[in-house]
Amino acid sequence: MNKYLNIALPKGRLGEKIYDTFEKAGYGCPSIRENSRKLIFESEETGVRYFWVKPSDVAIYVERGAADIGVAGKDILLEYEPDVYELLDLKEGVCRMAVAGKKDFRDDTGKTLRVATKFTNITEKYYLGKGRDIDVIKLNGSIELAPVLGLSDVIVDIVETGTTLRENDLAVIEEIVPISARLIANKANYKFKSDETDALVRALGKIVGERT
Amino acid sequence: MNNDITSALNALYDRYGYCRYKMSKFEEYDLYAKNKDFLISDGVITFTDRNGKLMALKPDVTLSIVKNTCDGKGVQKLYYNENVYRVSKSTKNFKEIMQVGLECIGDIDEYCIAEALTLAAASLGALSENAVLCVSDLDILSQTLEFIGVGEEKRREAFGLIGEKNLHGLRSLTDEEGFELIKKLLGIRCEAKKAVKEIEKLLCGAVANETLSKFSRVMNAVSVTGYADKVTVDLSVVDDIHYYNGFVFKGYVEGAPAAVLSGGQYDRLMAKMKRSSEAIGFAVYLDLLDQLNGGKDGYDCDVLLLYSDEDDIGVLMKNVDLLVKEGYTVSVRRSKDNVRSKKTMKICGGEVKTVE
Repeated sequence: MNKYLNIALPKGRLGEKIYDTFEKAGYGCPSIRENSRKLIFESEETGVRYFWVKPSDVAIYVERGAADIGVAGKDILLEYEPDVYELLDLKEGVCRMAVAGKKDFRDDTGKTLRVATKFTNITEKYYLGKGRDIDVIKLNGSIELAPVLGLSDVIVDIVETGTTLRENDLAVIEEIVPISARLIANKANYKFKSDETDALVRALGKIVGERT
Repeated sequence: MNNDITSALNALYDRYGYCRYKMSKFEEYDLYAKNKDFLISDGVITFTDRNGKLMALKPDVTLSIVKNTCDGKGVQKLYYNENVYRVSKSTKNFKEIMQVGLECIGDIDEYCIAEALTLAAASLGALSENAVLCVSDLDILSQTLEFIGVGEEKRREAFGLIGEKNLHGLRSLTDEEGFELIKKLLGIRCEAKKAVKEIEKLLCGAVANETLSKFSRVMNAVSVTGYADKVTVDLSVVDDIHYYNGFVFKGYVEGAPAAVLSGGQYDRLMAKMKRSSEAIGFAVYLDLLDQLNGGKDGYDCDVLLLYSDEDDIGVLMKNVDLLVKEGYTVSVRRSKDNVRSKKTMKICGGEVKTVE
């Protein structure tokens, strides 16, 4: 079918770091470094074709087979639950999904807990596991504002250094799950490009210090 | 294209003595409410019938077949072509999916399993030359997990990670020795006979001999058929352990983004539905095949036959008839109308002549 291994990378700083790792592993594509408006970059020599996509779209490209392989955050995988292989923890973009609230927050278990988040699926599953009744408020950005203005009691969001939380008098209450970038693969395409995919996983595994 | 495939699959199942099973479009909602986890998608289209009963448009065929079969009738071999109604994961809306499948219910022995696997491989062969049937065994996986110390409470999580080939996740569930074993198992990817030998070597002492030898006998039986080249062992194929047991399998064709065939032994579903019989079956999802390249090579027809008012329609009809009989697809029009054809023809002196 397609001789290239199609790889969807997340646009942005993390994606560029990830590309560096691919390059170190022997899957470079010099044209990607050129300053251009091109969306697709091919390297006949290494047999890879890269394309930059919005980070939250990587899993969609891979699940639907437009990309054989992609790099997506564990947060996206937990939120959208795409039916893909998760072949490697790339140990980049390390952070955590956490519940945060005002520093003096006390959970009144007699009331429904109002939770503001971008990650409604992760939130609902987490609180379902705890048997806690919640009211999920879906927001698309500036989540930290919600408890400050009384829109919600707590938030569920990604916490990297905690600086934004601290600057807004918020603190982490509970950690839900650690997050990092994962190498994912389309299950069907893998069946027909398994040698190429496994070779890439082995090479990347060496770089990230994983034994695969 | 789908109609041709349906006919080819029906003919295949007929040849192996399976009987067509036609069912009603509706089913009592209660059946799905009791077996919610078995359904692939969450939503069910429901309505109240004229007697006040809550009915549903079928989201699944297997449950209806199981409900309507009786224990103690030997082995029932059935196939079906039915539309099912499910919620699309991406659009969150209902969609109609044409599903073809077969079920073998009753006293399921190793031959029945080998036959179902062979028919699954043959079904894939009817869809595409480049196809692969990946076979796994949940009994082998369950016993292996027990051997490496993954308890019942972690079993579901472990199966999820196995299905994702998520080695970094599995590492946290067992010790180094157990992890190495599971890693080797998931790394097996070769033709069935060789894979069986490798599994036997790796799991000797970890998994009951009977489980291993049953797997070996069935896979070796499948290997002697003409479809052996399409069958591989892939222990990352898993399914819900509350419904499935033993052999499970998924089929892939090059160009389709997900499994186009899915099946397995579902004795646990039978037990949940108070049936003492065992069962194995699979379904082929025809909706995914729309994405494969059709056989037209980008053309709408072989011949575009242009005519005008001066042409005798009797002569025109005769020539169309001749071309069709010769096996060409013909589109007869006054003008090109954006039709993509391999060649364009016109009537000249009572005969068709190629002009482009």
